Amino acid sequence: MKFFTWLSTLDRRYIFLMMALAVIFPLLFPVKIPVRVTPESEKVYDMVDNLEPGDVLLIDMDYGPDTMAELEPMSYAIMRHAYQRGAKIVFVCLTPTGVTLVETEIRTIADEQGMVYGEDYAYLGYRPYPAAVILSMGQDVRQSFPIDYYGTPMDDLPMMRTVKNYRDFSFVISVSATSGIDYWIMYGKERYNFPLAIGVTAVMAADYYNYLNSGQIVGILGGLKGAAEYETLLGQGERAIIWMNIQSICHFLIVGFIIIGNIAYAVTSRGNRS
Amino acid sequence: MMISGDIGVWLAAFLTLCIFSFLYKDNVFYRIAEHLVVGVSAGYWLVILIRQTLIPYFVIPLFVEGNWNVIPGPGGLLLLIIAAFLGILIFSRFTTRYSWLARIPIAIIWGIGAGFVVPLSLQTKVIRQLQASIIDLRDIGTWTGFNSLLVVIGVICGLTYFFFSKAHKGAIGSVAKVGIWTLMIGFGATFGFTAMARISLLIGRIDFLLRNWLGIIQ
Amino acid sequence: MKKQLPVFLTFICAFILTVQYFVPHRTFEQIYEVSNIWLQIIGVFSIFLGIISLVSQHIMKIRRRNRQWQYSFITLGGLIIMVAAGLFPPLQERGAYEWLYDHVLNPISATMFSLLAFFIASAAFRAFRARSAIATILLLAAVFVMLGRVPLGDRLSHGFFPAVANWLLNVPNVAAKRAILIGVGLGEASMALRVMLGIERSYMAGD
Repeated sequence: MKFFTWLSTLDRRYIFLMMALAVIFPLLFPVKIPVRVTPESEKVYDMVDNLEPGDVLLIDMDYGPDTMAELEPMSYAIMRHAYQRGAKIVFVCLTPTGVTLVETEIRTIADEQGMVYGEDYAYLGYRPYPAAVILSMGQDVRQSFPIDYYGTPMDDLPMMRTVKNYRDFSFVISVSATSGIDYWIMYGKERYNFPLAIGVTAVMAADYYNYLNSGQIVGILGGLKGAAEYETLLGQGERAIIWMNIQSICHFLIVGFIIIGNIAYAVTSRGNRS
Repeated sequence: MMISGDIGVWLAAFLTLCIFSFLYKDNVFYRIAEHLVVGVSAGYWLVILIRQTLIPYFVIPLFVEGNWNVIPGPGGLLLLIIAAFLGILIFSRFTTRYSWLARIPIAIIWGIGAGFVVPLSLQTKVIRQLQASIIDLRDIGTWTGFNSLLVVIGVICGLTYFFFSKAHKGAIGSVAKVGIWTLMIGFGATFGFTAMARISLLIGRIDFLLRNWLGIIQ
Repeated sequence: MKKQLPVFLTFICAFILTVQYFVPHRTFEQIYEVSNIWLQIIGVFSIFLGIISLVSQHIMKIRRRNRQWQYSFITLGGLIIMVAAGLFPPLQERGAYEWLYDHVLNPISATMFSLLAFFIASAAFRAFRARSAIATILLLAAVFVMLGRVPLGDRLSHGFFPAVANWLLNVPNVAAKRAILIGVGLGEASMALRVMLGIERSYMAGD
């Protein structure tokens, strides 16, 4: 009883320390248990895998440094896959906090894959009011983006000469940590009816299964697990897979905390009653 | 172990540890980092706005290229000037006498937004979702059909729970109870995912400290 | 006039944009295109408003020597340095703006959100109590999802946890979120109608 009372009043900084150690040790001594692939992630992979050389896809990368850890691995995997299929990619970023970060990530993978700016990929940058931008891109991309992120007019980019609106993209993928996903579904997909897949943070993932069920989106990559699943399917990159294994330890720790906390509560409240 | 020699990495590591120090106790280092990020974020936003919107929409077309065709079609220049004027009107809220003028552009933004929302919100969030809840009769007797039936029952019960115009008693009370159970499963799933998301971010930061800063992980 | 004009403008804009969704006439398409551009242009100025408010708030704090006013110098200093790095050509060429983003903004933002992992762990131990049947259902669902979505949980349970987690996500979770979404959709549409009809006037601050 005394033990459970002490447990109930444990200083939370010890809990913080346990959490930190649960992350540090697996990072130092990594384990690679394979990740099981879910159907919703496989659908996104299949979508990209069906691209033909010369196809153009639109990737919206709407996240900043605060959610980079979850979404960067999935962005990298998707970009690598698309380039390896011979596709061209148009990028936009509809959140201001991520504009510079996204530019760095795009260049990293483009340089790695030997892609040429303007011919294989183009980065359009940011415009405010994502709803308005998504709606106007359905008419003409140039309405919102007369120039790209670097100040080059659209028609000076060879790959953009054949791109006017959503009809010229094979599909759209939105990798987002914001409510921009809702705008893509509501203002983009619903109005212009193009195939849409999403990559979201784990916090948001549970909220979009009903859109998957209704067919409004093709697939979901949910958080770090989604990124790890994509890496597994692609057979390249392992950051998300290793981090998922660290996540395993942390999840078991949290479940342990829930169980022990409830046991301590049950014992102490029974003791208080008697 | 190869500790980084890059001053940028050291600065990033220092600021990371300043934020983590809050876990021990609120302190001056945490407050400095907290206030610094507010200022730097605001400055970052301002630069992005100027470089990504003002310059491509106004400066380049109007003053560099002399192209007044930002809004295409007849009367485009007039419409552009009106839009810019409305935008400038927003700043009238800093005056006492003319602060009511700021309501005009805000009213237009709200009006346009409301106009877009009415049909699309109903279409996306109501009609499509109801369509998806219709069970395909060919699935009856299959596992898919059973799950579809459960989804429909869950949706009806959940919506009944949110119907507060009638007291949750008797049959309605029982249906609402099933609804709250269904909602709790949804919230539990969300909580599980939330824990997952936050831990991912923590892994990212500790990975940075151990790999990029201290060089313990290669 | 001060109240009627904004309400009238809201009604006109909302009505026209609602009607244009159903009318494929070229005139309505042009109105639609212009509305999008106006929204973005006016939106730019409204975002500037936020930054001006931030600056004036901190200047006021320094002037009045409010609590912890000294930190406002750090906020304003950070803002000025970032703007100078982004707009002052010599600093721009040296990539100072990107450097500050990568080594100041990026780490602080990322670390602030990662703190939540610790607080979730603490809350799991001290606050998440199965005090009722409903709370128990919530906790059980959370536990199955947490263990089912990680490789170790999959390996130890021989696929049981992932199977349960997937079923929870694709059936009861879909039902719950769909019910909430239908409610949200109806709420959004009714709120938009209230704005259109001038019943909702909260955007007229001080009304």
